[in-house]
Amino acid sequence: MRVMVCVKQIPDPASPYELDPDTHFLQRPADQVLDDTDRYGVEMGLMIAEQTEGSVTLVSMGPSGNLQGIRQALAMGADKAVVVDDPSLRGADTLTTARVLSGAISREGFDVVIAGTESTDGYSGVVPQQIAEFLEVPALTFAKKVELDGGTIRIERQTEYGYDIVEAPTPVVITVTAGVVEPRYPTFKGIMAAKSKPIDQVTTSELGVTVDTGQQIISIRPAPERTAGEIIEDDGDAHLRIIQLLEQAKVI
Amino acid sequence: MAVNTTWVFVEEQDGKPAAISLELLTKARTFGGELSAILLGAGSEDLFAELGRYGAAKVYHLTPDERLPTAAAAAAIAELVGTHEPDLLLFGLTSTDRDVAGRLSARLGKPVISNAVEIGVDGDDVTVTNEIFGGAQLVDTVFRAGAPFIVVARPKSFPAEPGAGDGATPDLIPVELPAVGQAGGAVVTGRHVEQQEGPQLEEAAIVVSAGRGLGSVDKLAVVEELAGLLGAAVGATRAIVDADWVPYSRQVGQTGKTVKPDVYIACGLSGAMQHLVGMKDSKMIIAINKDEEAPIFGVCDLGIVGDVHKVLPKLVEALKAR
Repeated sequence: MRVMVCVKQIPDPASPYELDPDTHFLQRPADQVLDDTDRYGVEMGLMIAEQTEGSVTLVSMGPSGNLQGIRQALAMGADKAVVVDDPSLRGADTLTTARVLSGAISREGFDVVIAGTESTDGYSGVVPQQIAEFLEVPALTFAKKVELDGGTIRIERQTEYGYDIVEAPTPVVITVTAGVVEPRYPTFKGIMAAKSKPIDQVTTSELGVTVDTGQQIISIRPAPERTAGEIIEDDGDAHLRIIQLLEQAKVI
Repeated sequence: MAVNTTWVFVEEQDGKPAAISLELLTKARTFGGELSAILLGAGSEDLFAELGRYGAAKVYHLTPDERLPTAAAAAAIAELVGTHEPDLLLFGLTSTDRDVAGRLSARLGKPVISNAVEIGVDGDDVTVTNEIFGGAQLVDTVFRAGAPFIVVARPKSFPAEPGAGDGATPDLIPVELPAVGQAGGAVVTGRHVEQQEGPQLEEAAIVVSAGRGLGSVDKLAVVEELAGLLGAAVGATRAIVDADWVPYSRQVGQTGKTVKPDVYIACGLSGAMQHLVGMKDSKMIIAINKDEEAPIFGVCDLGIVGDVHKVLPKLVEALKAR
């Protein structure tokens, strides 16, 4: 099967994020990392490709920087990547993002599209569904387990009350939760191979997508702060202080 | 134009409207104008009447078949939008709501703003507020494309309160779920409902949450015992849900549930941004963690720098002795 995996490069979550004070856009350093939640999608894609003698193509939109995050996913074993980096896409909304990604996906051709349920820097969590609608295929979402049964994909779809078993024939979009599979670590060989794997950089005009962002950030302000409380070292009696507070709150 | 018509998407869960939809109806009443519900699921007199009490004058009722209803529901709503031209469409941050809102946005070619914690209407402008950096900052975004505006809101952002008076029974408009070709090809073949012991996580007055700092799954027993003694619900971080210690239905945070209990007791969890957004509005937060640098200590009322394996058993014994 031809598997397309949506991945995103994000600023390293370990270092503080910063917003551009003028544009309100997230500042993106050249060194970006693969969004950790995408490792699950890449692993799932590799597993499906291995079972079906297929291929895994990464598809990504955003400032490409030095492509370090994309190479991380290639090092896991993906075959190639398509990256859409276009200055007109700065501050793009989810709809534009979905138009661009589905444009790139259709251009390549696909049987399965895999994405994480949401990115770690944006958290909108609706882009895969928008992509599925543009591609006119089912979206098997919030998968905590994925099974391949011939040309049918069966998942456990996480819901607020438990999970549903949902299945659909390919072509299909799948969104995976962290925990669906254990992502492999890149091997040394994989890291070396990733350096020479093809990364196809395309523009929005090559995809025939017009950028039209229908929303605008008008302000960013600090949230009302919670006042810092009392911090104590446990000297063996800290539990008594907890009990005092529970009494104060009148819950015991 | 202003906002003359607001529609709230309502998923039926276990015979009742999902809690988030009642929160959204409550909020939508403040916008004035006409308010309708789009119900997906089994209907009943009680359910329709409840939607009426929360202010819905009309209920468009979509009854699912064996298909995963999300693609067909989006198509049906898009059709209704074309006919009735509502200004604002509200969804909750739940699995099905997100699926329908995303597909609807693409189908209509209209943007959707997700993760809303506040929605403001001022004349023609609809402004949506999001939290970033674990809730440290608020971002206000305004729609520039024309109506309808699609918003997906975080649960517990608004209180759920019925309107004044009895609320007339809403007009019921049954809507067929259309054929949508290949996009509608997903079928639901089974349904598993997690058995919940004790109070519901979102409703509980006290939540005792566990994180990776507990060390291993067998150490959860003391957290559960503490929760039992306090009549509390057990919550969890994403890390221990992903590690399969507890089911997803226990997860608190960005990708899980939002809770606002009277007391939140955080045991062996550091307070990652993803977790904080789901619990930081609790009335009182008590945290136990051995790392004094843990971010959870920045938002708690009482922080205990210590070993959960020592503090929790003593707390349990002291509560039992009362």
